[in-house]
Amino acid sequence: MIVIAIISLGLIGAIGAVFLYAASKKFEVYEDPRIGQVQEALPGANCGACGFPGCAGFATACVNAATMDGLFCPVGGADVMSQVSTILGKEVEMAEPMVAVVRCNGSCAVRPRQNQYDGTRSCAIASALYGGETGCSFGCHGFGDCVTVCDFDAIHINPETMLPEVDEEKCTSCGACVKACPKSIIELRKKGPKSRRIFVSCVNKDKGAPARKACGSACIGCGKCVKECAFEAITLENNLAYIDYTKCRLCRKCVAVCPTGAIHELNFPPRKEKAPEAEGTPVVEKTI
Amino acid sequence: MLKTFRIGGIHPPENKLSAGKAIQTLALPKQVIIPLSQHIGAPATAVVKKGDEVKVGSLIGQASGFVSANIHSSVSGKVNKIDNVLDASGYRRPAVFIDVEGDEWEEAIDRQEGFVKAFDLTSKEIVQKITDAGIVGLGGATFPTQVKLTPPPGNTAEILIINAAECEPYLTADHSLMMEKGNEIMTGISLLMKAVHVKKAVIGIENNKKDAIAHLQHLQSNYHGIEVMPLKVQYPQGGEKQLIDAVMRRQVKSGALPISVGAVVQNVGTAFAVYEAVVKNKPLFERIVTVTGKEVLNPGNFKVRIGTSIQTLIDAAGGLPENTGKVIGGGPMMGKALANTEVPVTKGSSGVLLITEKEAKRKPVMSCIRCTKCVNVCPMGLNPTLLMTTTEFTNWDLAEKNHIADCIECGSCSYTCPSNRPLLDQIRLGKGKVMGIMRARKS
Repeated sequence: MIVIAIISLGLIGAIGAVFLYAASKKFEVYEDPRIGQVQEALPGANCGACGFPGCAGFATACVNAATMDGLFCPVGGADVMSQVSTILGKEVEMAEPMVAVVRCNGSCAVRPRQNQYDGTRSCAIASALYGGETGCSFGCHGFGDCVTVCDFDAIHINPETMLPEVDEEKCTSCGACVKACPKSIIELRKKGPKSRRIFVSCVNKDKGAPARKACGSACIGCGKCVKECAFEAITLENNLAYIDYTKCRLCRKCVAVCPTGAIHELNFPPRKEKAPEAEGTPVVEKTI
Repeated sequence: MLKTFRIGGIHPPENKLSAGKAIQTLALPKQVIIPLSQHIGAPATAVVKKGDEVKVGSLIGQASGFVSANIHSSVSGKVNKIDNVLDASGYRRPAVFIDVEGDEWEEAIDRQEGFVKAFDLTSKEIVQKITDAGIVGLGGATFPTQVKLTPPPGNTAEILIINAAECEPYLTADHSLMMEKGNEIMTGISLLMKAVHVKKAVIGIENNKKDAIAHLQHLQSNYHGIEVMPLKVQYPQGGEKQLIDAVMRRQVKSGALPISVGAVVQNVGTAFAVYEAVVKNKPLFERIVTVTGKEVLNPGNFKVRIGTSIQTLIDAAGGLPENTGKVIGGGPMMGKALANTEVPVTKGSSGVLLITEKEAKRKPVMSCIRCTKCVNVCPMGLNPTLLMTTTEFTNWDLAEKNHIADCIECGSCSYTCPSNRPLLDQIRLGKGKVMGIMRARKS
């Protein structure tokens, strides 16, 4: 009995094997082995920052593309992209490392609350309804839509200021928070040498008086920084200063002249006490 | 058996506290702030500058496109400045500030109180006068009226439906207007009928306004082709598509305009504004606003000039009660909480509702228990709980397939949910996203 069972099962198995082998040969789909290799090198976060549906999509695009123009994994950065370029033997243009920057410094202390919102704790929903709990309709709601979308645990709401703060080490500049913020407060900026950056930490487009009334550290559009800047990196539009990070040379003169402290400097060494004329100017030292 | 729309609907407590109260005219304020965007569509362009003298009814904002509306001064005096002002939703929008001096009206406006019935104008002239007067839908949607009266080519109107449902709880502005200005409204309707070339008009009134129904039914014999139709009290009967279904038993297809089923819908307040614009040459610069609330000392209906602050209105009704939780612009179902009370009355302000702290509080959100109450009450036949979930998971394809863009934001789903889920909040967000995607695809 056992012999019959072994033979019959063996026969079924053999027929199946032949059929499967034939089918696999007939319906074989050729996949470039390099796609797998590239995918191996990628971070595997599937965050979509590159503009493709996940890492597999990006790997396929890299392999199929004639040149690597416009293909860059911001999460992996230069390291990963150089690996990809070795695998594919294509030149990769290295992009500057970027980092997410929160352009609102209206903390609870400087931006008094004028009304109370008790709806769904979501920035998108709140901003579709109204301007916000404070007099500044441009500023951060503080409900943390950016925190929710971050795949890398790199942005958190500071419970004291109720503003989001970016963890530079973890931020991969994937841009998810930039898209999630309904107020367009978060911007991707050049990380800069030794992570040193200067930026206007405000997006309030109101005129000086209402902006100041709504928030103690709002940009009031006075234009002092524009005059101070020797490199024409600062532009003033709609009562709001903006520093072009491609032109900024990190001299920090604008930081010193800003009357409201809206311009922030990050990761600079502490200033030395300098010439007497600098005395009396408020030294703004803020870290996010 | 009274008619109503066939799908969904709710019946919240009516609370028409100011029903039967006569319209009171509010004293002129010292300053008015007239926003340049009081309608759906492109904001008007200011045609006055600082220091200009204006009269009541002077044009101060010119419509800047087809879907836009003229803005007129509601007072006489001097233009103080043109600056951004906080609107009801807490955003700054351009507005004209006018310091009031006297009460001098433009000469063209007929200030006689008497009712004039005779008119001899062509359809085009009527539409032109409505356009000039800057009339928008006064039910709250503020869609420019002349656009609705100019059907797209290939469509003809069969019937004019006058929306007098006033299905929102608390609000009684239209009710009081119908009681006091019945003849004017009927004439306005006749004018609108002529403008869209229809022989028949139906006034849909909910049956909780029996006196208004009786009053208009008494008048209808004097006017040709106008019928008063009492409707069963059901929210949101004042929705355009719901009213068409109730009156005509026809459903407007998803994404289509009411004209596709041969209907033009206008609010009863709009009909009165049309009468004033066409017969009396009076632009739209004042309207009836209900100020109400359970704790309000003197709830009532007030005739106010556009640009008067909401605070003035609240003071006229006896001041802000101590335990007020929220001040709502509009009715309790579709109205929005105001971020502050110094905002001006606009063309779309139908009411100011002061609700108590206890009523204003949102209850804690619990899990969906799949009871399908929201599905049963949705007047558009949508599946609110599914639409909320698709929005939460940003699955816009699925949301679009389930017709999220058809949501009329009536809030019946949120009202009825036993788990207090913020259905409308999420759906409104998803609707905005999906409509953005649909627009991007089209262009």
